[in-house]
Amino acid sequence: MTNRPLVEVRDLHVRFRGERNVHAVNGVDFALNRGEVLGILGESGSGKSVTLKALLRLLPERRTEIKGAIRVGDEDVLALGPEALADFRGKTASMIFQEPMLALDPVYTVGQQIAEAVERHEKCGAAAARRRALEMLERVRIPSPERRLDSYPHEMSGGMRQRAMIALALACRPQVLLADEPTTALDATVQIQILLLLRELQRELGMAAIFVTHDIGVAVEVSDRIAVMYAGRIVETGSVADIVRRPAHPYTRGLLASTVHGAMRGRRLDAIPGAPPALSEAPASCSFAPRCGEVQPECHARVPDAVTVAPAHLSRCLRSVAAGG
Amino acid sequence: MLVYLIRRLLYVVPIALAVSVVCFSLVHIAPGDPLVSILPPDASQALVEQMKKSYGFDRPIPVQFAIWLGKIAQGDLGTSIATSRPVLQEITKAVGNTLMLAFAATLIGFTLGCFFGFVAGYFRDTLVDRIAVTVSILGVSVPHYWLGMVLVICFSVLLPWRPPTGAGPGSSAAWVWDWEHVKYLILPAVTMSVIPMGIVTRTVRALVGDILSQEFVDALRAKGLTDWGVFQHVVKNAAPTALAVMGLQLGYLLGGSILIETVFSWPGTGFLLNAAIFQRDLPLLQGTILVLAMFFVVLNLLVDTVQTAIDPRIRRG
Repeated sequence: MTNRPLVEVRDLHVRFRGERNVHAVNGVDFALNRGEVLGILGESGSGKSVTLKALLRLLPERRTEIKGAIRVGDEDVLALGPEALADFRGKTASMIFQEPMLALDPVYTVGQQIAEAVERHEKCGAAAARRRALEMLERVRIPSPERRLDSYPHEMSGGMRQRAMIALALACRPQVLLADEPTTALDATVQIQILLLLRELQRELGMAAIFVTHDIGVAVEVSDRIAVMYAGRIVETGSVADIVRRPAHPYTRGLLASTVHGAMRGRRLDAIPGAPPALSEAPASCSFAPRCGEVQPECHARVPDAVTVAPAHLSRCLRSVAAGG
Repeated sequence: MLVYLIRRLLYVVPIALAVSVVCFSLVHIAPGDPLVSILPPDASQALVEQMKKSYGFDRPIPVQFAIWLGKIAQGDLGTSIATSRPVLQEITKAVGNTLMLAFAATLIGFTLGCFFGFVAGYFRDTLVDRIAVTVSILGVSVPHYWLGMVLVICFSVLLPWRPPTGAGPGSSAAWVWDWEHVKYLILPAVTMSVIPMGIVTRTVRALVGDILSQEFVDALRAKGLTDWGVFQHVVKNAAPTALAVMGLQLGYLLGGSILIETVFSWPGTGFLLNAAIFQRDLPLLQGTILVLAMFFVVLNLLVDTVQTAIDPRIRRG
């Protein structure tokens, strides 16, 4: 086996056409090794979910323009024909969604929905697919799985629905799991259970995973590496320790400062002033500059290159000091 | 499911009772004396009184209603004043013809409506969508007696392909399923199908658009379903509402075909109703309206049952 990464994204651009053009993703690069978990952290509209959906080409084709390169395993995702794309989805890479109530078809039972994916990819009979569905429900620890197989999504609780969604996504043993804010719609106590379950299943199955979240706590909990996104670009990547202890980009520092965790009682939280830019034009300079407390004149001149501040720790800020430089 | 069905069946009783009250009293509110049409203009007062007595029109209206209802319970809808034949017999014959026409029209309308609706919903805001929407608006807006006459002019007069009126060769021959008879069904059925076609198109288009914008469609694609696989899910999600709309349309067609049946001289309930109104044939009128109203009640019951069977979420309600 070669030791090239399992997933490689090069210079990914996503633009939505319509009455108003939106440059949602503006040059994203990252790589993911087998068995590794990458957390993509960012606020609403930073392009994190769009990046994730682009990996499965789930964005509406008529209104979306995707440029760059996406490779998962041996597949050049952007070049796949309709048949090959359907074979790739769910088998090589699969996805879990933010709101399981909306992501499950309301008029099919949970068992049918899992078995359907298994039948589709493993070319097995209905009985074998149902057995696999049962086995998956047991794996995600849904109580009385035989009965739940014939339950409809509306008959289950939120946490149980998300477990079912996980069972569905993992039913065909994908090499990489894409999770789009999988715990955001859940109660705080259920969030932890689901995160622990995901982390455990990821290790057991040796999958790679990409977690998209706006919650630093979640990203730290599940990830090996974190990529921080802002206005359609990754502004900083590094190991969890790098990002949390030695943040190099002012935006990352702002995010860390604005968490409740460790804040002093009675003191206002340090919020980042201003709002993210509207992305009707592709930003031609550092898009964080207008909100940045350390802004300098040259920040408005061009898009900063990624600076290697430490091994495998990159920051897209002019003021970041290169390692050993 | 069973409990739901039983409860739903029990609802039918008060509805049916209310319907019968309305049927009976509406006819009595309307002006006109039913006996005028069968008695000679110079009939003596004594004869009029005698006729009134024999039809029971001399008693107070609530008593008439009670007697009428009692007889209905025994399956007797009275005797037609105009033809002196049992109302039930007249209606049964007409209902057969109307059912045939209504089912044929619904079949055409629903099939075309679903086709246009799915195409328009899948290709929203394209040329195909605009064409389908235009066709559906035309379908709903064109007055169907006018369309009926245009079709007769085109396909019976200018191009003598189809017979213009009637329900089969020869006057009152019984219906047979052969081409000679089906030929007569085509024009009225097509005319009648236009409104349900338009309504089903619009409903299905909106449904499909709504379903396709839901996240579970993305999730279905994400697990590797092909377009065909996703389409099956869309159909199952759209089916309950589409069926409900079809059921209601069938109901309208069963009762609302007076104009078309008159244009094509189709001997159905509409034709019968028309005749009963003009002849002030009270027993026939009451009987026909009641039967048509009960059609609606039964049809709604059927639609609800089918919907419940398809959509698991209704069962809990």
